[in-house]
Amino acid sequence: MKRRRYSNTELNDLARHYDGPYKPYDLVKELCIAIAVVGALALLLTIFLSSPDESPSTIAQWSRQMPADFVTTAVSELDGTSDTAQYGPPYDNGPNAQIVWFVHLQSWLGVSHPINTAQDYVYGPLGAVTGDPGVRAATASYRAAPAKSQTTWTTNYTNALAKATVGRGDTLVVPPGNYGPVPTMMGALLALAQAGGLDGDLLTSSQFYQTDYTKPLLFMADGGLLAARAQQQHLLGEQWGMMNETGSYPGQVWLWLYTFWYQIAPFNSSPNADALVMLIMGFLSVCFILIPFIPGVRDIPRAIPIYRLIWRDYYREQRNTAAGGPGGASPGGGGGGPPVPAPPGPAGAATG
Amino acid sequence: VSARERNWTVRLREAGVRALPPERLLPDGQPAYMSSWIYIFGVLTIGALVIIIGSGVILGLKGPAWWHYTGIGHFFNSIHLWAVELFFFFMVIHLWGKFFMASWRGGRARTWMSGAISFLISIAAAFTGYVSQQNFDSQWIATQAKDGLNSTGVGAFFNVLNFGQMYTYHVLLLPVVVVGLVSAHILLVRRSGIVPPLPLPELLPALAVAASTAEAPETASAESAG
Repeated sequence: MKRRRYSNTELNDLARHYDGPYKPYDLVKELCIAIAVVGALALLLTIFLSSPDESPSTIAQWSRQMPADFVTTAVSELDGTSDTAQYGPPYDNGPNAQIVWFVHLQSWLGVSHPINTAQDYVYGPLGAVTGDPGVRAATASYRAAPAKSQTTWTTNYTNALAKATVGRGDTLVVPPGNYGPVPTMMGALLALAQAGGLDGDLLTSSQFYQTDYTKPLLFMADGGLLAARAQQQHLLGEQWGMMNETGSYPGQVWLWLYTFWYQIAPFNSSPNADALVMLIMGFLSVCFILIPFIPGVRDIPRAIPIYRLIWRDYYREQRNTAAGGPGGASPGGGGGGPPVPAPPGPAGAATG
Repeated sequence: VSARERNWTVRLREAGVRALPPERLLPDGQPAYMSSWIYIFGVLTIGALVIIIGSGVILGLKGPAWWHYTGIGHFFNSIHLWAVELFFFFMVIHLWGKFFMASWRGGRARTWMSGAISFLISIAAAFTGYVSQQNFDSQWIATQAKDGLNSTGVGAFFNVLNFGQMYTYHVLLLPVVVVGLVSAHILLVRRSGIVPPLPLPELLPALAVAASTAEAPETASAESAG
């Protein structure tokens, strides 16, 4: 028997009509059962597995547990070498804004959440420290110094922090060197952070109520505590972290394709990886929506005959019909129960 | 044109009834070819959405911090989490099933598109939930996800580090969009009907012969709205 391939137009026309039998169906009952089944499943999963809730990190914890990392980060905020200081829009005009060819999407909408890392993370909090004229004098001295001296001090101090030890009271002991007023400033900032003052300082704005954690989260993300915890919880980017959850719980597994791109070249090493991956995913998302109009993709279901499994009862009836066997000449004689009238319009429908 | 015909309410009602008469909106019969387990995943997705909204409303009524310090709050958070996992599990199977049925045939492209957009918006709704948890997971996800969003410029008006903004998106704006899209999707399914099976090319000549020699049974007839 010679097979004929239907054109897309023919397939569409054939799918506009259904002249076969109907069977009784109770949509409302089906929905109620579905809600009950899903509710029971969620309840069982809750009883046996609960849900994760790892406590958030604070700047106070960070500065106590990793004082050298905290101070190293604070110095990078002061001299403008931190990730946030170099980030670009929407936080500042740093040089690391991502581009794809000539497309500067990250920069087009400008700096909408302005952050001056030196002012917001160092000068501002130190300015709130009262009763310590030495800190004020050190800060004034640093700000008045030439840029070259500032760079020399912060570079020397950052290098020395690699050899720092933790002294009494979680203070840092750094080998002697040419650091200018930086150690005084950082000592005060570390003490403020360890006392919990910096958590509040960075959250405070002109409003009483606060909900915007942009500044404290960016500061913490520049440091190493969040990343260290994330690594323990297999949440880093190279660990497929975007689709993982703390503990052994399933996370956003539906982000697997988005996460996938970060695991392969060139995305796993490109400075513009985020922009590239977002553009790819945006393109694929549009294609996903427009599958009915994309030749080739819309034909895949015919090439992979899973539909023969889904509608196997219907096709069995059709074969019986073609062979003149039980089922009569009617297409689609499957399904139990007495026939019911067809609803007006096209083929009757389920919620699925 | 009569005053009644100019009445906006009357026109809306009549257009609605024309598009979806009650017996098509809530039929008590389905085509006989609808006999596969794959068909239950659409309604299971809706069932999961109902559980998500129900548990979410309870969590919302008590505020975002409640679930961290009460056992009953943690219980409802767990229900919410697992309902979300089930929602996506069912929806993905539903999507694959509909893909392999080529369910956009016969003027049903809008049905496919509304379902696909619902899936994408649901991802955004779930994401804003993850960054609204107020725990370490939120901190990490927010600080990582900002880079992708900022790289497109979206971060200028959608700041994942702003808990207040994300919470509003999660408990109001995106759920409204998801429920609206899912409702539209269901109405489109009701209007166009579930897609008939793909024709088997090898059976076409034999069926034509059988149809010409046998007496056609009484069948229901339908037209596409698509």
